[in-house]
Amino acid sequence: MSDDHVYLTLAEGHEDDTRWAYGTGFEDPLHGVDTTVPEGVDAEALAAECVALADDALVSAQRLAEWVTRAPELEEEVALANIGLDLLGQARLLYSRAGQADGTGRDEDAYAYFRDAEDFRNVRLAELPGGDFAFAVVRLLVLSSWRLAHFRRLEAHPDPVLAAVAAKGVKELTYHRQYAAEWCVRLGDGTDESHRRMRAALDEAAPYLGELHTAYDVRDEVAEDLRQVTEAAGLTLPVHRPLPGSGRAGEHTEHLAPLLTELQGVARAHPGATW
Amino acid sequence: MTTTHAAEAPPPDAPDGLQEHFDATIARDQRVEPRDWMPDGYRRTLVRQIAQHAHSEIIGMQPEGEWITRAPSLRRKAILFAKVQDEAGHGLYLYSAAETLGADREDLTRRLIEGRQKYSSIFNYPTLSFADVGVIGWFVDGAAICNQVPLCRSSYGPYARAMVRICKEESFHQRQGYELLMTMMRGTDAQREMVQDAVNRWWWPSLMMFGPPDDASPNSARSMAWKIKRHSNDELRRRFVDMTVPQAEKLGVTLPDPELRWNEESGHHDFGTPDWDELMRVIKGDGPCNDRRMERRRTAHEEGAWVREAATAHAAKQAARTEKGAAA
Repeated sequence: MSDDHVYLTLAEGHEDDTRWAYGTGFEDPLHGVDTTVPEGVDAEALAAECVALADDALVSAQRLAEWVTRAPELEEEVALANIGLDLLGQARLLYSRAGQADGTGRDEDAYAYFRDAEDFRNVRLAELPGGDFAFAVVRLLVLSSWRLAHFRRLEAHPDPVLAAVAAKGVKELTYHRQYAAEWCVRLGDGTDESHRRMRAALDEAAPYLGELHTAYDVRDEVAEDLRQVTEAAGLTLPVHRPLPGSGRAGEHTEHLAPLLTELQGVARAHPGATW
Repeated sequence: MTTTHAAEAPPPDAPDGLQEHFDATIARDQRVEPRDWMPDGYRRTLVRQIAQHAHSEIIGMQPEGEWITRAPSLRRKAILFAKVQDEAGHGLYLYSAAETLGADREDLTRRLIEGRQKYSSIFNYPTLSFADVGVIGWFVDGAAICNQVPLCRSSYGPYARAMVRICKEESFHQRQGYELLMTMMRGTDAQREMVQDAVNRWWWPSLMMFGPPDDASPNSARSMAWKIKRHSNDELRRRFVDMTVPQAEKLGVTLPDPELRWNEESGHHDFGTPDWDELMRVIKGDGPCNDRRMERRRTAHEEGAWVREAATAHAAKQAARTEKGAAA
């Protein structure tokens, strides 16, 4: 390989600078897709569904981003970022779809940066503070098992855009769930300390499980999934009475507002700016 | 015994013919591969250089990583997240390349967090605004490319091959950084000021990334004789300046060097002298963020110890169960 050639490519003029970097040249993630809401689909319900799923994904991605430079091993650094990026991609598509369905025409950033905590519809499990790696694994296991089951149903949704987003997401979520399940088994089986931490993490997550079930009842499927993984890890899923309230109704823990302050701070400090 | 490189006398215990074979490989611009015989000094120099490079990728995740949670649009968040993830990937390939020379990742990590091995001093400067993300892409990745593209022809095979992939990704990052700055320069006055301020802060530290001037660079001559390194520090620095000046003009920012001007005669830009005392201070640990960077890396490693121990314990239990199953 000639190194001079690479230097030349770097230094040469580019007529259209937005094309310098792949993936940066488009603003609209649904560009080129027929975005009409089909007849017979309740547009308002579709928008609400997309926002709730996008909020879960965005808030989860934000928590995963907090692991950057803090993961226990480089392989985990790469894997957690990968999962965060997949979820961020899902959020972008879903917000865009919500903006078309609710008739406001809002773009992805309007939803992510210019709504307050009470307007977010993510489940509370997603917003809980980072905790240790055991909690990250448990949270990922629960959320990806639920989301995978839910997305499998959504593949048959009458809205073709949401169905397509779900079909793409199923592949990603299968990997997320696999990754979390493998770590769940390693940590449950590993040492006394890792086992203890996994039990504590399951205890912390358990009260928030009930909140996950919405339009499609995937409760039994998810419960069976979690039972199998925890059993393989030598753990049991504790039974807790569900906490009152629901993130799906905009009732959040005290942890969501500070998460959003960090996420939205720069965007809100520069109204009218383009990035 | 004859030798083509003057910088080191052949070791007295080099087995017959091996030194000649090694010298001939270097002279013919061929690659040295992990199982080939190589002089100890060559091996040590490479391990040190590759480890330092790997450490730089990993520590280099921190200054930009700080901004992933705060990126002002989802598209920028995704781009930055992916970039920082690429850096972790680069660290992984490079530690693997070092392992082909007999080094061990755990041991190299320990040397880093104990301060026995270095990383690029550029990462000891703070990132104060989102424009820093763009300027780091443009300057720091740009400088890294100038340094690293020639390493794609380094004489050690695994290092050279890792560098091919890394350089492609770095070049992508550089363009993304520049594209962010272009967008910001088309935005509000506050955004343009952020960009100029970031340029002012990062320009001189970026020039220092090429290392001390040639007459003060103790290991350069030997590394060049071994073709581990292909161009001198000053040559690469000049190349970076020549490459960056027209990009700065197009962007509409001023590079903070009153001595910077085109020299018709030499066909290159003349430019001022970086503050070498500052470089030495930062290398010795007195930069604005040295302690913070090391502390973060050390904490992550220590807090992850129970996870790594659990994984090892689980693997051992699994192996024992498999063995028991096979014996039964």
